[in-house]
Amino acid sequence: MDTRLVAAILIVVGLPAFLIGYILLIETLLRPVPERWQGRIRPWLWLAPALAFLGFFLVYPTFNTIVLSFQDRFSKAFVGLNNYAYFLSNADTLVSLRNNVIWLVLLTALAVGLGLLIAVLVDRVRYEPAAKSVIFLPLAISFVGAGIIWRFVYDYAPPGQPQTGLLNAAVTAVGFQPQTWLQDAPTNTIALILVAVWIWTGFCMVILSAALKGISVELMEAARVDGATELQVFRGITLPLLLPAIAVVATTMVITALKAFDIVYVMTSGNFDTNVIANQMYKELFTNNQPGRASAIAVVLLVLIVPVMIINIRRFREQEAIR
Amino acid sequence: MTASAATDSTTIVANRGRRTIRWRRLLLHGAVIGLVVIWLLPTIGLFINSVRPPIDVANSGWWTALFPPWDFTIANYEQVLARNGIANAFVNSVLITLPATIIPIAVASFAAYAFSWMHFRGRDWIFVVLVALLVIPLQTTFVPLLTLLGPKGIHLLGAGPGAFVAVWLAHTGYGLPFAIFLVTGYMRGLPKEVFESAAIDGAGHASAFFRLALPMSVPVLAALAIFQFLFVWNDLLVALMFIGAQNAGNLPLTIAIANLSTSLGGDWQLLMAAAFISMALPLVVFFALQRYFVRGITGGAVKG
Repeated sequence: MDTRLVAAILIVVGLPAFLIGYILLIETLLRPVPERWQGRIRPWLWLAPALAFLGFFLVYPTFNTIVLSFQDRFSKAFVGLNNYAYFLSNADTLVSLRNNVIWLVLLTALAVGLGLLIAVLVDRVRYEPAAKSVIFLPLAISFVGAGIIWRFVYDYAPPGQPQTGLLNAAVTAVGFQPQTWLQDAPTNTIALILVAVWIWTGFCMVILSAALKGISVELMEAARVDGATELQVFRGITLPLLLPAIAVVATTMVITALKAFDIVYVMTSGNFDTNVIANQMYKELFTNNQPGRASAIAVVLLVLIVPVMIINIRRFREQEAIR
Repeated sequence: MTASAATDSTTIVANRGRRTIRWRRLLLHGAVIGLVVIWLLPTIGLFINSVRPPIDVANSGWWTALFPPWDFTIANYEQVLARNGIANAFVNSVLITLPATIIPIAVASFAAYAFSWMHFRGRDWIFVVLVALLVIPLQTTFVPLLTLLGPKGIHLLGAGPGAFVAVWLAHTGYGLPFAIFLVTGYMRGLPKEVFESAAIDGAGHASAFFRLALPMSVPVLAALAIFQFLFVWNDLLVALMFIGAQNAGNLPLTIAIANLSTSLGGDWQLLMAAAFISMALPLVVFFALQRYFVRGITGGAVKG
């Protein structure tokens, strides 16, 4: 415990001192350098730590993974497309791929839809800040915590016994049989997705709500004075003006759905046909000791995300052009 | 006569209109409050169950505890803190999270300053690559990094203290694209005149950075700090990769609790207490700094 305390103090005091020292050091070293060269060298020295981290932890590994995905389990001999053939012929991975598609569609639709609905609704009540805090509270909780919270919502006891799970208590109260929500495929995948929806709706709501506040009130009032109903105002003015923000949250949800891991890992470990590709990759890597196959899965994930990447870059370029 | 009839009918219409408006208001409040209750219930249920005796938890739903006779206890918390390495994991989580929050903020603000206030060839091009890196799935990086940092490489991972260093650096690398993106967006918007007049007064880049850019960027740095803190504190995947599920001494809370959840078949009340312990710090941070949290979300909306 004592050594840890010392370590913690060293970290909290020493680390910032070291980082500040880096900038002071490069500026001192640059002083005798001719002015013209200073301008050329300085930006790269300021960027150097960032570029080193990005290169080591993101750029190099990504390219290396692509190479590894064509190699055998010892990362020595090239095996062509074998790992991809395995991916496309193995029943488990195909199930997880299918599940990711379900995740992608349902999580994106529900989180964005509910986020939009809530953003529009709370805009009209006086206790908006409090209501919003509650909706985006789950974002502060870990997926592990959320998984445990929801295991007790989905909890099952045989018929006749008192139900301790909230959902089964509600279901039996209105006269139905209790369900094993996390075991029955394919609805169990939906049960897991609902947990993710619970977490991510707050994120969508906050961004959409911010965009909503940016729409001019006069414009909406003018439409209302002209006799437009609330629904017409929403469809004709609010929705079109919110589209860019909706695009942002939708792409974020698509990526979140493709990378889904924690909830599945904690709640079902991928059993009962609930596996997703990120979890399948974890299994190939640690349980089956197959880095080649794991890399192939990662590359599939990457390929699925490339369209989002291109959309993001294009949007960024457009914004830069406006600036 | 006709005039009064006309007023009568308009009052009727107005009354009817008012009545539908009142119904609409009621429906609106009903919908909002309903959603809020749905969002709160699962967490409330967990909390209430975590302060109930084990027998009650196993035999009745948490909502029954709301009615007398009340029977609450903190025994679950005492037990889980004493027995299952949760206290140790809490300390580990703090030790992992602090540097993994401080390092990326510093490195990102250096880079953001360079992107905002220095001119160099390739600047825009590098920034586009950065936007692309925002969405790279972490999974893509694991196999090569495990080789480089693992037993076949420099052997940093697993049970030793080196694993913490690996996790700090990895979280820095993973968090940087978003961090740089967010801070650069803010620093670029700072008033140009301030930096120009500082340069005329002979201030170098170091003092412009520490005396002007950093203090003026405090709101965005706070937003980033909260984000990175929550991201690292709540992370399971990176810790699983670089520390592993089995190295008991090094486990952060997320892994320790995930392990509990697979091993504790019957002792649910312990799991719930543990889960709530893991949420305590994020919830405090969240409620104390909510304003910055929202700013972080809306400011960096392209994060993956």
